[in-house]
Amino acid sequence: MHPAFSVVFFTTATGAGYGLLALLGVLGGFQIIPPDFWLGLVGLGLSLGLIMAGLLSSTGHLGRPERAWRAFSQWRSSWLSREGVASVITFIPTGLFSIGWVFFGRIDGWVGIAGFLMAGCAVVTVCTTGMIYASLKPIAQWHSRFTLPGYLIFSGMTGSMFLNALLHGFAVGSKMLLVASVLLTLLGWGWKLATWRYNDRLEIPTTANTATGLAGGTVRSLEWPHTEENYLLKEMGFRIARKHGARLRQITQLLAFALPVLLLAIVLALPWPLTALLSLLAAIVQFAGMLVERWLFFAEAKHTVTLYYGR
Amino acid sequence: MTCLPSQSGKKLGLVIDLDACVGCQACVTACKEWNTGGHMAPLTDIDPYGGHVDGVWFNRVHAYEHTTEMGGRTVNFPRSCLHCETPACVTVCPTGASYKRASDGIVLIDEDKCIGCKLCSWACPYGAREFDTDVGVMKKCTLCVDRIYNDNLAEEDRVPACVAACPTGARHFGDLGDPSSAVSQLVAERGGVDLMPELGYHPTNKYLPPRAHSKRAASVAAPALEPVRAEGGFLGWVDRMLSN
Repeated sequence: MHPAFSVVFFTTATGAGYGLLALLGVLGGFQIIPPDFWLGLVGLGLSLGLIMAGLLSSTGHLGRPERAWRAFSQWRSSWLSREGVASVITFIPTGLFSIGWVFFGRIDGWVGIAGFLMAGCAVVTVCTTGMIYASLKPIAQWHSRFTLPGYLIFSGMTGSMFLNALLHGFAVGSKMLLVASVLLTLLGWGWKLATWRYNDRLEIPTTANTATGLAGGTVRSLEWPHTEENYLLKEMGFRIARKHGARLRQITQLLAFALPVLLLAIVLALPWPLTALLSLLAAIVQFAGMLVERWLFFAEAKHTVTLYYGR
Repeated sequence: MTCLPSQSGKKLGLVIDLDACVGCQACVTACKEWNTGGHMAPLTDIDPYGGHVDGVWFNRVHAYEHTTEMGGRTVNFPRSCLHCETPACVTVCPTGASYKRASDGIVLIDEDKCIGCKLCSWACPYGAREFDTDVGVMKKCTLCVDRIYNDNLAEEDRVPACVAACPTGARHFGDLGDPSSAVSQLVAERGGVDLMPELGYHPTNKYLPPRAHSKRAASVAAPALEPVRAEGGFLGWVDRMLSN
């Protein structure tokens, strides 16, 4: 599948944004983090910024973005429509929670309830994003039990990494959250390795034989219907990554998982403000690594239409 | 609404005979010619005379080499929308632009509602949908919905353009929901198959696999020429003069 940057950035940025939002909502709701004005402003601003940037980026993928409002109508059948609806609904408790925290300086009572609702909505929105991909039968690497949990884990992982950087930035760093970020990153690493292992051993029942209805023997593409690449090959016949796949997987593991864990381990031994600096660096490096991971998620996915072209 | 309708039982579609198709591309050009002015017009061409030709086509003919223990053969393979009974391209559509008609099962796109998110083309395993980068919307085969019900055409012309154009009779159009229809009987007789049945899209269009190889030589050799009977009269005299 063609890794369109608008979609790669969209899923990575909103994943981190909703992850951060969910953690702010839950930790705020339980009043584990202090209702500090600047922490609220920067934390909620950062998560909403990531979400808004991602949503705007996703409209760049559309052929007719001026009609995007129509995408809220088909939530009964379409995961993409559900994602749109869920993302808009999430803004309601997020708005209430933000007003409570930033303007009234409180995260208890109704503000706390709004925080829990906000966290729930954020998780639901990430689920709908994951299901867009997990529900597509022609792409076996996406239509697997690894896709939806992957989106949730990576959302929580990147979100906690940003929250850790924020707390250290305001000198209220918590060892608990730092350890949680490390554990989530290790979980993400393991999940990604398991996903790659599963995909590499995948035996897809759909072959050139079933695609053409020609039973038995071998079916070899002799001649394409066209001499140049068409929409199908440009959009769904993307192949470059398979050549560089191994190297990009190493880069993903280094940036998204290994370096952030190493940096956070160092943070434990350092005094403030170095802790803030390294925590921020860990979050940024991981985000860059997740962009590579998401690029590979698309580039390594094989659509059944490629069978018609002998690919 | 992109939820699938409860069907009336009528399932219009094509039956494609892979034994008869010679890969002449007549169906491809006939489709392009009709549909670039039809229901989903235009079928945009990008850089048509340049080095990177691209454009929207509803029907494309591949050629494959099918090799079995019986030997190898070339199979020409037309590929277009199969108007599936459970088309995921319709249910994934976020705007309601894609829909399946309850009355005859044809899968269509309302181009005025399409936002060009391309998700339907990802959901189609057969590559039936092509994005028009110029107009910014998705396009697909309409089963020539503007021909098959067109009272302005003679009755024999009320078939999809690809079917009308096929010089070898490899394409058949009809109601596959009616077991007594000519196309349904053809499918039963020739063992017509679904493409990628394992994905569960239940395509309406069926493909007739090539018939088994025959060890016999072709049985349709032309009869030997007979000697010309001697003509009398003036023409006979001319013949004799010219033959000398």
